[in-house]
Amino acid sequence: MNHKTIDVSGVAAHNREGEIRIPSGCAISGFFSRRGRRMSADGIVQSIAYMHDRSNGLGGGFAGYGIYPEYKDQYALHIFYDDFEARENCERFLNRHFDIVNLSRIPTRKHPRITDEPLIWRYFVTPLATKLAESQLGEDEFVCRCVFTVNAKYDGAYVFSSGKNMGVFKAVGYPEDVGEFYRLDEYRGHCWTAHGRYPTNTPGWWGGAHPFSLLDYTVVHNGEISSYDCNRRYMESYGYRCTLQTDTEVITYIIDYLNRKKGLRFSDVARVIAPPFWSQIDNLPPDERETFTDLRNTFSPLLITGPFSIILGFSGGMMALNDRLKLRSMVAAEEDDVTYIASEECAIRAIANPSKVWAPRGGEPVIVTLDEDVKL
Amino acid sequence: MQIDAQGLDFETLNRKIKETAGGAVSVSNLLGQRYIGSGVRNKKLTLSGIPGNALGAYLHTCEIVVHGNVQDAVGDTMNDGRIVVHGNAGDALGYAMRGGEIFIRGNVGYRAGIHMKAYGDVVPKIVIGGNAGDFLGEYQAGGVIVVLGGQIGHFTATGMHGGKIYVRGEKAPADLPPQVSVTEHADVAEIAPLIETFGKLFSVDVATLLTDRYFLLTPSQANPYHALYCNRSL
Repeated sequence: MNHKTIDVSGVAAHNREGEIRIPSGCAISGFFSRRGRRMSADGIVQSIAYMHDRSNGLGGGFAGYGIYPEYKDQYALHIFYDDFEARENCERFLNRHFDIVNLSRIPTRKHPRITDEPLIWRYFVTPLATKLAESQLGEDEFVCRCVFTVNAKYDGAYVFSSGKNMGVFKAVGYPEDVGEFYRLDEYRGHCWTAHGRYPTNTPGWWGGAHPFSLLDYTVVHNGEISSYDCNRRYMESYGYRCTLQTDTEVITYIIDYLNRKKGLRFSDVARVIAPPFWSQIDNLPPDERETFTDLRNTFSPLLITGPFSIILGFSGGMMALNDRLKLRSMVAAEEDDVTYIASEECAIRAIANPSKVWAPRGGEPVIVTLDEDVKL
Repeated sequence: MQIDAQGLDFETLNRKIKETAGGAVSVSNLLGQRYIGSGVRNKKLTLSGIPGNALGAYLHTCEIVVHGNVQDAVGDTMNDGRIVVHGNAGDALGYAMRGGEIFIRGNVGYRAGIHMKAYGDVVPKIVIGGNAGDFLGEYQAGGVIVVLGGQIGHFTATGMHGGKIYVRGEKAPADLPPQVSVTEHADVAEIAPLIETFGKLFSVDVATLLTDRYFLLTPSQANPYHALYCNRSL
């Protein structure tokens, strides 16, 4: 594993991610306005709070989309630093690669139950034109590689959010406390997702809280995937470094790889990671059978097995997906232009009065995107 | 006795329910509070809002009526009593249920009635007004499941070795495991009392439900899996 020194806030240093197993659920919630209406984060904080008993205070987090309209063309980097020195080192790297349009500490509020916070900084950046040209990479790939470089090579620095006009906010604590800590009531977005953590295999630390993100993709996850090592080995062969020893990280990279790099539609991404069994595929109509067979054969190491329910946030949309056996609970609902997803119906009813509530089948994605005429 | 559940955590709420004198308790504004009815005896609970997971877990001698949907693990290891839901149910309804009755007006999620069991004349029953998700009656060892909506999901009755599943419809359920036998025209008289109760509970006319065709799923032999891992004939 990666041997960076990471402050694991409150957990003894030898109990890092991947070095200890804690047997134990999680909560996820999210909503998305197809009209791009920017909604206060109060709703998402309230929603996830109704599932308090699904978490144990070892991690909570949120992703908001459309929250930085004034910097929508810059990448927003959210970074945890262990100390001032880590920040200086990392900022030297950032200065060599980016034009930093704005930087500041992320505003937080003192909270009795959120402790041992790292230094938390935010940078709105544009890749330096000369560096970008020299790298012969696209902008996204350039940023992606810089994120991996910081996370793998810069001790005490961890980029936990790196997309445009979106951001991740996470910490060790109960999600409702994390929301207060980050002053989320001051943000508005057209999409919000949330996670309450109950770590099952590893202790909780700030970087290990959900959402996990890369560029504008964010994943919140309830479950425990049993194909982790198979998925990880495959993704590492494409340059993705799994530094956190936690299953959600690899899900994020799989989605980035399939959607951004291979150009698969999200519906096909769902077919790759949560396909039906071969015995079910055999009974499908010929064209569907062919599609599933091709996708499963082409990306067989990216089948994700084991229980999961996830909400994926991405620019202009949201997708919810259960494992094919539906080993974790998930409910979807609609009210006007907003689609809601949560582990429990109560978390939706807490903030909405939906006209339609349904339980998506295992492996059946719920995908919502902005209406075509909506410009953010 | 009326309890407003707004803002109450599950421990406080369940304590209030238990401490309430008399048999009838109404609880309103529920939103996710778990374990309602567990450890309560001889009461009738009328609930509105969304009760949380494990509603009526280990239920004994209580009746629970819910005006709305219910979440996961309702009636887990239920022993006795009745749960009536005027809505849909989530996953793992009646898990390992060993007695009593559950009536759901709408659909149920995945894994309803898995590990249900029965002994002697103690036979648990689940009646589903709508349809059922995958893994209905998985590992079922006893008890009766009735699906009035007629649609069942994949992997129904996988590992079933006891009990009965009735599915209304004109077409036999497909993709059943080889250890499950299908009776093409089930005797409706066996489940008529359950259907009539369903009609009364939800004020639904059940005349056609009583004359429609049902398929009955049962294990194909007394011990269908005895040769699965050992004792194979060579």
